[in-house]
Amino acid sequence: MRFSSRRILVSAALAGLMAAMAACTTDSPAPSTAASPQASAAESSGSGTGAQSKFFVQTDYDAQMAMRSAQPAGPEGKPWEQTIDANLVETAKYKKDGPYHLCFSNAAVNNPWRQVGLKTMQAEVGLHKEISKFTMLDAEGKDDKQISDIAELQGKGCDALIVSPNTTATLTPAVAGACPKLPVIVFDRGVQTDCPVTFIKPIGGYAFGAEAAEFLVTKVPAGGKILALRILPGVDVLETRWSAAKIAFDKSDLDVVGVEFTDGDAAKTKSIVGDYIQRYGKIDGVWMDAGATAVAAVEAFEDAGVPVPPINGEDQEDFLQKWSDAKLTAVAPTYPTYQWRTPIIAALKVLKGEQVPKMWNLPQPTVTQENLATYLKPGMPPLHYALCGCEDLPGYPEKWGGKP
Amino acid sequence: MTEHVKQRRVPARVTYLGWMSSDRPARAVYVALILLVALGWVLFEVDGGRFLGLENIVGIQQRSAALGIVAVGQTVAILAGSLDLSVAYLISLSSLVAAEIMAGGDAGVLPAVAAVLAVSAAVGLVNGLVITGLKVHPFIATLGVALIIRGALDWRYDGPAGSVPASFQHLGYDRIGPLPVSALLWAAVAVAAWFLLSRTRLGHRIYAVGGDAEVARLSGVRTGRVVIIAHVLCSVCAGIAGLLLASRLGAGAPTVGTDGGYDLESIAAVVLGGTALAGGRGGVAGTVGGVLLLAVLDSVFNQLEINSFAKDVVRGVVLVAALAIYARGRRTK
Amino acid sequence: MRRTLPIFIVLAVLLVAIAAVNPYFLEPPAFLAFVKRAAPLVILAAGQYFVIVSGEFDLSVGSLVTAEVVIAARLIDGSAEATWPVLGLMLVLGLLAGLVNGVVTTLLRVPSFITTLGMLLILSGAVFLWTGGAPRGALSAQFRELGRGSLGPVPWSVLILVVAGAVAIWVMRSDFGHTLVAAGDNDRAAALSGVRVARVRTVAFMISGLAAAVAAILLGGFAGVSAQVGVGLEFQAITAVVLGGVALGGGRGSVVAAMAGAFTLEALFTLLNLYGISGALEPAVQGVIIIAAVALGAVSLPRRRAAAS
Repeated sequence: MRFSSRRILVSAALAGLMAAMAACTTDSPAPSTAASPQASAAESSGSGTGAQSKFFVQTDYDAQMAMRSAQPAGPEGKPWEQTIDANLVETAKYKKDGPYHLCFSNAAVNNPWRQVGLKTMQAEVGLHKEISKFTMLDAEGKDDKQISDIAELQGKGCDALIVSPNTTATLTPAVAGACPKLPVIVFDRGVQTDCPVTFIKPIGGYAFGAEAAEFLVTKVPAGGKILALRILPGVDVLETRWSAAKIAFDKSDLDVVGVEFTDGDAAKTKSIVGDYIQRYGKIDGVWMDAGATAVAAVEAFEDAGVPVPPINGEDQEDFLQKWSDAKLTAVAPTYPTYQWRTPIIAALKVLKGEQVPKMWNLPQPTVTQENLATYLKPGMPPLHYALCGCEDLPGYPEKWGGKP
Repeated sequence: MTEHVKQRRVPARVTYLGWMSSDRPARAVYVALILLVALGWVLFEVDGGRFLGLENIVGIQQRSAALGIVAVGQTVAILAGSLDLSVAYLISLSSLVAAEIMAGGDAGVLPAVAAVLAVSAAVGLVNGLVITGLKVHPFIATLGVALIIRGALDWRYDGPAGSVPASFQHLGYDRIGPLPVSALLWAAVAVAAWFLLSRTRLGHRIYAVGGDAEVARLSGVRTGRVVIIAHVLCSVCAGIAGLLLASRLGAGAPTVGTDGGYDLESIAAVVLGGTALAGGRGGVAGTVGGVLLLAVLDSVFNQLEINSFAKDVVRGVVLVAALAIYARGRRTK
Repeated sequence: MRRTLPIFIVLAVLLVAIAAVNPYFLEPPAFLAFVKRAAPLVILAAGQYFVIVSGEFDLSVGSLVTAEVVIAARLIDGSAEATWPVLGLMLVLGLLAGLVNGVVTTLLRVPSFITTLGMLLILSGAVFLWTGGAPRGALSAQFRELGRGSLGPVPWSVLILVVAGAVAIWVMRSDFGHTLVAAGDNDRAAALSGVRVARVRTVAFMISGLAAAVAAILLGGFAGVSAQVGVGLEFQAITAVVLGGVALGGGRGSVVAAMAGAFTLEALFTLLNLYGISGALEPAVQGVIIIAAVALGAVSLPRRRAAAS
């Protein structure tokens, strides 16, 4: 390795440079905020929520808002088999005799949501004797690997292909290429082609975001200061959550004092919330686009010695436990992991020639104060998702890391 | 201890004088590759798959082409005694530049390719100038440039953008018999780099500078210029990989480079191929072997459905073990 | 101390710039909160300094932090009694990881960049292999206290930082410190003058591992179990050390300046946030400043004499 410069510093020069840099930033807080689209729009719209996301699609939003109150059809107590607004399609052309070889191209197993989901899917496979083989390839979060994986799976003699795409746009060509060769089932994220036999998803991100925001609107007094915490910008499934919340906040009398990105990092979340408590003295409500760092946000209030305001999390056990222990005013919209059971069920239906919905909308329950006790499961790991729909599957709870 | 230190220094000089015979570890990596292929074949047979089936052969090549192209570039940088941590973000940037200029039209292909090559060469130039002109350690220089590119990406893009015309997608999806076009592109890049390194004066100088910059300088090599050229070549390779990925994805994506981990993985592939991280010793042939080794390993992992955590453990062990074996071989030589 | 002045000037300028926007910042509670937030990175930077000044790299600290937190959560599983034994075990694991890094690097002669990259892969893979993908169990309240609580007005993490800093300075002033710098400056010359290069480097890796264990205790305590608690910390720590004027390649720089570099980095993050420089431009500004600081030779020190005194 090469060595860096041996130049002896001119300390004054550096100090001068740093001072100049600092001065530069000091002089231009206004331009620098104006340069960022979110911040500039924040000033214009008054409610502090910024401009609407470019991912926002009005018709999808309207459809999801309607589905929230719709009655799902399907077997009682098995939400993963239920469906909302089903538009059934014929699958007779895919009918064949078992046993079946199912294949699954998975985007990644890199977060607790996907881990809980995958274990649930594997347990579902175990329920069906007619599945002789289940092959999964993990793309490890790489679009390019998933494209290769989908191609490779076509050479493994699969009877049906399940895909959980890593990215919507970039996986479209690969899925479109697989469709003519075998029945394809897509879930979680979609693709920009309607060639898959069915696309399985819960109601969606707009419903999630709206559920949490509407809760805050009812619980926080008018004029209350809301802090919105988001993981990352630019992720479609997260953008929809925020854009629906924005609509709800814009209609309300609440004052969104900040929209911050946490990178899903607990320490960063806690620091951000701590800074806001310090800066504003009081925060009256916290909206989150995902629950992974909700407990850290709650702790920031506890450590500052102030009461925890109304907040939303997700159905992760650590948050539900905190909610119950600290008697929070909280709500937990969900993006249920039980949707990982559905693709297996759908694949078998397709191979048996039974009708399936073209767009399989699963119900998306919300954890509230009333039903908290049903979802709180002490003994399950802190990052377990309560809506796994896995309680009746063989191996529960040990397979999911829980204590019997 | 003293003895060890001496021995460790000696080969570097030997290499500088007789670099032609220095690509020895490349042989080791190909032996390992053959053994792994044999192992893979047995495992696939037992498991009921076809290791030498068309899909698998094509899959291995497709999986390794992008990494392979980056790693060839990284080899040049490392041989010159430097390294490049900015390739991952540059790949993302290139894929976006390509897809946005093409914008789905055939007319945009040539300008897009030209723009990508220009942008990536410029990034390489900046890397090289910061390292040589400002005398910043390559680790920090390229990390800093990586952060700057990342800032530009975050600021400008928040998801896949642009689109690639069907004609350009041939690059990513077509194949001639069992040979995908992408693998042929990789082969072309590798052969070009091999020719440059082993048959031209510039190549000799890259080895000389990486082997011992001081000696090279004393023998009249303009070391700064050589390092800059090595970085430009490295970045251009990253740009080509970005083009290939844009063609595969049908669009540009701001995370394609980092998701692929092309920065550390390309360095891993290079050293796995027997090129010394300190520079001056090794070559492209070893790197190609290293990339193929990783790809075949992946294919075996896929067949056995090993989860990604176990894969990481195996990759880590393979990497360290390989380097330990090379170090041993060098010492006992 | 005179040599470490420049980084302190930079740090002071940044702190003043922060205080200009947020006057509350220099009051004790807010300032202590800042130090508390910086503590894990400062400790990691101090550990990384030992490795870098000896002429090597440690890329494994980030995944070591994650691994330690996940291991602690599973072993403690919310039980108060298990807390202290597990804390001890974490320190031992840190030392052990450092020992392996050191031995592989010095005896097997694998470049430390690769050794610790391999360690990074192995640790992050193995720990999740063990817990089945996601963290399990929970940290006890007693464990959390160290990163969350305080002794009177002073957070525990600040106290731990002060102790760690004092120990680091003391070590660098001891004979060991001198031999370490000598080994990093010119390992051949150091070996000829009787320094056991392999041994001092291995100890440096062990100190870095120990620092990672302490940082893990503070980070896990501060924010609880998370699978990504250590992500990116290795690059931040190396950046902090370099910002403090320590030369990559070894032999030059002081541990105080390295720790000040970590404070500077943290102050820079805070400042960028305060001025509303959106998340997007933050990395770019960071990149420019790092290159500029190193390019100016800004805080680099005159070469120390190779021979240990």
